Amino acid sequence: MATQEEIADAIAGMALFADLTTPQLQGVAHRFEERFFPEGERILRQGLTGSGFYIIIDGEAQVLVDGQPRATLGRGDFFGEVSILLGEPPVADVVATRPLRCIVIGGPDVEGFFVAHPRVMFRMLQAQARRLRNATRWRS
Amino acid sequence: MARREEGDRPFPPGDYPLVVVGSGPGALQLTYSLTRLGVPHAVLSSDDAPGGMFRHWPFFQRLLSWTKPYAPAPRGTRTYERYDWNSLIADEQDFRAIQPTLMDGSSYFPSRPEMERNLVAFAERTSLRVRYGCRWTGTRREDEANGTTFVLETTDGEYRTPVAVFAVGVAQPYTPPFAGAELTAHYADTRTPESYADKSLVIIGKQNSGFELASGLLQWARRIIISSPSPTKLSVDTRSLVGVRARYVQPYEDHVLGGGVSIIDAAMEAVERSPTGGFLVRVRSTAGGETMTIDADEVISATGFTCPLLDLPDLGVTTFGQAKVPAQTPYWESASLPGIFFAGTIGQGAVGLKKHGQPSNSGAVHGARYNARVLARHLAATRFDMERRRPSIRPADLVDFCQGEITGCPELWHQKAYLARVVSADPAGGLLDEGIQPLAAVLDGGASNAIILTLEADGTGSIYPVVYVRRDGVVKEHVFDPDPLLEYGSDAVRDRLLEVVRAVVPDAA
Repeated sequence: MATQEEIADAIAGMALFADLTTPQLQGVAHRFEERFFPEGERILRQGLTGSGFYIIIDGEAQVLVDGQPRATLGRGDFFGEVSILLGEPPVADVVATRPLRCIVIGGPDVEGFFVAHPRVMFRMLQAQARRLRNATRWRS
Repeated sequence: MARREEGDRPFPPGDYPLVVVGSGPGALQLTYSLTRLGVPHAVLSSDDAPGGMFRHWPFFQRLLSWTKPYAPAPRGTRTYERYDWNSLIADEQDFRAIQPTLMDGSSYFPSRPEMERNLVAFAERTSLRVRYGCRWTGTRREDEANGTTFVLETTDGEYRTPVAVFAVGVAQPYTPPFAGAELTAHYADTRTPESYADKSLVIIGKQNSGFELASGLLQWARRIIISSPSPTKLSVDTRSLVGVRARYVQPYEDHVLGGGVSIIDAAMEAVERSPTGGFLVRVRSTAGGETMTIDADEVISATGFTCPLLDLPDLGVTTFGQAKVPAQTPYWESASLPGIFFAGTIGQGAVGLKKHGQPSNSGAVHGARYNARVLARHLAATRFDMERRRPSIRPADLVDFCQGEITGCPELWHQKAYLARVVSADPAGGLLDEGIQPLAAVLDGGASNAIILTLEADGTGSIYPVVYVRRDGVVKEHVFDPDPLLEYGSDAVRDRLLEVVRAVVPDAA
């Protein structure tokens, strides 16, 4: 269990929220919800609409495309944003491989959140750019 | 209701195959459903009568959940349940739709006493047996070769059971930690409205409880300031039960029209006594970070409630969120301690898919009552080896069956994208009505070819059918177009259903 105060403390150390003040972090903690997933539970479902934007507080998850493992995610990593930004169902499953704690906001709230927190959006773009660079290196 | 004498009290301490704790709507619905299925169990409650939290709250007397005495469907039908959020559900016609018979016509929101009478009437008419006045005080677990036994310690003695269901509500007052928090009163300690006459109030929290107090005190308080770090959410904006319900929006209008209520987005820093006998409330804006100090006669923490789980977390029950709700499987079993289940509002810890950010209604009676019935059937099948009833469906009747469910099935209307009607389509076994199941369980746990029917909402105000078809292990989602009048009995919908189900039932008609 994490209170909103504990969530604010937890996300304070993450790159995504590095530019926010303490009251802003508390605002984020109020806006997101905490979720817990036991090992083996699916969080994102490939091909199904309506997913959310997740940030991992603790634990580990695996990204699977058609059942094949593609990546491992841990504390501070986020997922679900691509399908929300594109308005398309996720192209992968995300499954907890260890007990997993996340914070999440629903798809309809994501745009408003990023517009209200442009520094978080910028940090997310940086992370996306790194993923794109690494994928390009891997392919070349 | 007078506490019963020992000779009349059922379920003395001892060994039971299943123990339910609670006597609110969730526990009453569960014990009703278990009893009708023939599942032996005991029910314990610290209260002296049915009703749970409705014996005390809400302060301002009317519920947020409606019952329409006059609705598009006749009382007592399954379809009518869509319009009656408060009656518990019975198999017998005489015990259905009790709530509308107890309302005086002044509102379609029952008063708190009307809701309490509804629950008492259901318990009495259906002859539910509960050991009242028996408080659960602690829990032990004994692990043996043949399984785990839970020992529930109570004021009447010990109850030993392999399966315990806790339906004890989310009703333990919670105040977040900040300097001077002890100087604030919690929502649960609210006094009579007239005692706030001409007072300047700070209410911490922008959930329904904070706005309920503000609404009820508008004509009494001199000034009201409502504060929390995040902006106000209104249910009419989120198009869901998330946010402040329409009945409590008046303080918001007062705020935006400059009437004397102020609503601010600020984090609480400290509450101190002021030299004049009141309080100084120091907050920091979540937007600009500037500090504000507010004079107040009284400070009320409307900061929510947690689950009264006693020592269950020490035994291994994992919780999450501000309300410390237990993490649960789709069938409401603790995700970390098998054998411990939850019913009633605590069942919201089985979150489900929460598609488009839309929550289930498990935290309210009109969602929890169906969860309890599904849980009873699940416990009967998995813990008591009772065969699940699975009526067969002829392929020629399949589309009519599906269309009937998406137009009139109350479970689908009240638990959107959470409970589903499932038809298995095993090529060897024919079509079987598998009943109502949690959507997450059937999507993630099933293997057979199946047609999975739900109603869903995406936060735009639309409510529409979604049909999942599983064929050879692969699930495909079919989202139907929303109808502005929410009528899905048309030939066009039937044609679409036929096209969709023929993927697994080629001879469907």
